[in-house]
Amino acid sequence: MSTARPSMFQRSRSANPKEQLIHVLLLCCALVSILTTLGIVVVLLRSAVYNPGPKTAFFEEVSLGEFLTDTRWKPVERSQLSPEADQGHFGIWPLLSGTLMVAVIASLVSVPTGLGAAIYMSEYAGPRERSFLKPVLEILAGIPTVVYGFFALHFITPMILQPVLKHVFGIEIGLFNVASAGIVVGIMVTPMIASLSEDVLRSVPRSLREAGYALGSTRFDVSMRVVVPAALSGILAAFLLAFSRAIGETMAVTIAGGHKVLFSVNPFEEMRTMTGYMVHQSFGDNSADSIQNKSIYAIGLALFVITLSINIASQWILRKFREVYQ
Amino acid sequence: MVTFIETLRSPIERKAMATSPTTVLRVPPAVAGVDRDMDMSQHPAAITARGMNFYYGENQVLFDVNLTVPERSVTALIGPSGCGKSTFLRTLNRMNDLIEGTRCTGEVLIQGQNIMEPAVDVVLLRKHVGMVFQKSTPFPKSIFDNVAYGPRVAGERNRAILADLVESCLQKAALWEEVKDRLGESAMALSGGQQQRLCIARALATNPQILLMDEPASALDPASTSRIEDLIGELCANYTIVIVTHNMQQASRVSHQTAFFFEGNLVEVGPTTQIFTSPSQKKTEDYITGRFG
Ligand SMILES: Nc1ncnc2c1ncn2[C@@H]1O[C@H](COP(=O)(O)OP(=O)(O)O)[C@@H](O)[C@H]1O
Ligand SMILES: [Mg+2]
Repeated sequence: MSTARPSMFQRSRSANPKEQLIHVLLLCCALVSILTTLGIVVVLLRSAVYNPGPKTAFFEEVSLGEFLTDTRWKPVERSQLSPEADQGHFGIWPLLSGTLMVAVIASLVSVPTGLGAAIYMSEYAGPRERSFLKPVLEILAGIPTVVYGFFALHFITPMILQPVLKHVFGIEIGLFNVASAGIVVGIMVTPMIASLSEDVLRSVPRSLREAGYALGSTRFDVSMRVVVPAALSGILAAFLLAFSRAIGETMAVTIAGGHKVLFSVNPFEEMRTMTGYMVHQSFGDNSADSIQNKSIYAIGLALFVITLSINIASQWILRKFREVYQ
Repeated sequence: MVTFIETLRSPIERKAMATSPTTVLRVPPAVAGVDRDMDMSQHPAAITARGMNFYYGENQVLFDVNLTVPERSVTALIGPSGCGKSTFLRTLNRMNDLIEGTRCTGEVLIQGQNIMEPAVDVVLLRKHVGMVFQKSTPFPKSIFDNVAYGPRVAGERNRAILADLVESCLQKAALWEEVKDRLGESAMALSGGQQQRLCIARALATNPQILLMDEPASALDPASTSRIEDLIGELCANYTIVIVTHNMQQASRVSHQTAFFFEGNLVEVGPTTQIFTSPSQKKTEDYITGRFG
C-alpha cells in the first residue's frame, strides 16, 4: 500500500537487543562442545606428546617406535638401578589386541543381526511393525553399559559360554574372558547398526526396488541383490561407526573382560583393553607425574586417534553414498 | 511436427467435420516394422482384459476396461495425465500389488490364464511380462551384471551361458556395439538413452513374451527417443509390446493399435491409423486434435 508510513516495516538495529542476545547465547551453546573437544585434545597432547613446563610428557620418555612395536606392556618407572628384568615396557599391543578382539567379536555379533534387523524393518515390516520396533531399539540403545557388563559376567559367561564350551568342546574357561565382553558389546551396538543401516536402506529409491520386482525377483532377491548392494557404502559407514563405538566402549569390557595384560588372539583369555587399562590406572594411587599416570594419556590419545580416523572415514563414505542418490 | 489439417479449419467447418466420419488427419510415417493398418482380428490375443476395475483404497481409477492386445504387435495407451494409463499397465504384471491398499476386479487373461487370481505366482508372471519404466533404473552395478540380473535371480550360474545371453540381449536392445568393450563398467556412467536401452536389454534377459513400457522415452532427447522408437519397431517382430505415451506423434509412429483412456474409461481402441484419422468417438478426436489434455 502506497499510503503506509515508510517507517512501518523498517528494521531498526537497536530495537531488538533481545534477538541479538539469543543469537549470542545459542552461539555459546554451539561453542561449548567444540571448546570441550579442543580442551581434551590439548590435555591429551600435553601429557602424552609434549609438555612445555618442567615436567616431561609420555613420549618424551618413551619413543613412539617402542610404543607402536613392543609387544610388552609393563608400566613401571624406568631406573638405571633396577635390573633389566624389572624395566618398564610400553608397547601398546597387549592392550590394543584386547580392544581389537572385543571390537572384532562385537562386529561378528552385531553386523549380521543389525543388518538383518535393518533389512526386516526396511523391506519386510509394515508400518505397524516398524512403529513398534524402532522405539524398542532406541530403548535398547539407552540401557546403561554397566548393566550390559553384569549381564555378560552373570549370564553370558556362566550360563552360555562355560557350559557350551565345556560340554561340547571340553574347554574350561574363566569367568572373565574377551569373548563374553565382545558378545555383550556386540549386543550393545546392534541397535545402532540396525538404526543407521535402516536409514540408508530406506533411502534407496523405490524405483530400484520396482525394477527388481519387475524382473521376477522375490522380496529376498530384491533385498539382497538390489537394495543392500545399492546401499553398501552407507551400510559400511554404519559398521565403521559401530566398530569405533565398540573400541571406545569401557564399562562393559572392564567388568567382563578381566584384568590380565596379555598379547593374544585367544577369545577365551582374560584380557585388559585400552579403556579398561585407563579406568584401572585412574583408580591407582600414582602421582600425577608418574609414568603410569602419563601412560593413561598416551593410551587415551591412541584411542582418540583410532576412533577419530574411523569416524572421519565413515563420514566420508556416507557423504559419497548420499551424493549417489541426491 | 504434425499439423493436423483439422486445426486449420474454421470453427464451423470443424464442427461439421467432427460429426462426419471422414475426418482427415495427417499422421507421421510409422517406424520400420510397424504396420498401422494391420487387421488385428486375425491375430491371436496375447493379453485380454475383461471388465477390469481398479481402486486405490476407496478411490476407483479404472472403470470396466475391456482391451485385447494382439500377439507380436505394439499397442499404445494414450490419454491425458492421470487417466489411468500407468495403473492399467501395472496391473498387467501385478506391479500394483506392491502398493498398499489397492484392489482390482475383473480378469486379465495371459496365455489363457487369469493372472488376477491369488494363486498366480507373480514372480513367474513378471518374468513372462517384462517392464521398462519412465525413469531409467539401472542398478548401481556393472553393465554386465545389470543384464545378467534376471537370469541370475532365476538361478543361472554358468558364466558362459550368462555371457551369451548378455550379448544377445544387448544386441536386441541395439546397445551391444556401444558397450561391448566396457561391460565391466558401471551402468550409471551410461547416457540417459543408453541407460534406457540397457533397461530394455535387462528386461529381455528374463525371456519375456510381453514387454510393458511406461513412457520409456519421455525423459530422453529427440535422438535417443527415435532410437527407442526404432527399437520398438524391431522388437515387435518377436514380442508383444504395450507402451504408454503422452506423446501422440510417438503413439502414431510406433503402434499398430491405439487405446485412448479418459478419466479411467477406455474410450476407444482400434488400428492406429483409424484412431488418428477417423476416430469414432468425439472425445478421442478432441484429444488427438489437441483440444484438451
Ligand atoms: N500410488 C497411488 N496411490 C493413490 N492414487 C494413485 C496412485 N498412483 C496413481 N494414483 C491415481 O490414480 C489415477 C491414475 O493415475 P495413473 O495411472 O498414474 O495415470 P496416468 O499414467 O494416465 O497419468 C490418478 O488420479 C492418480 O492420482
Ligand atoms: Mg503415468
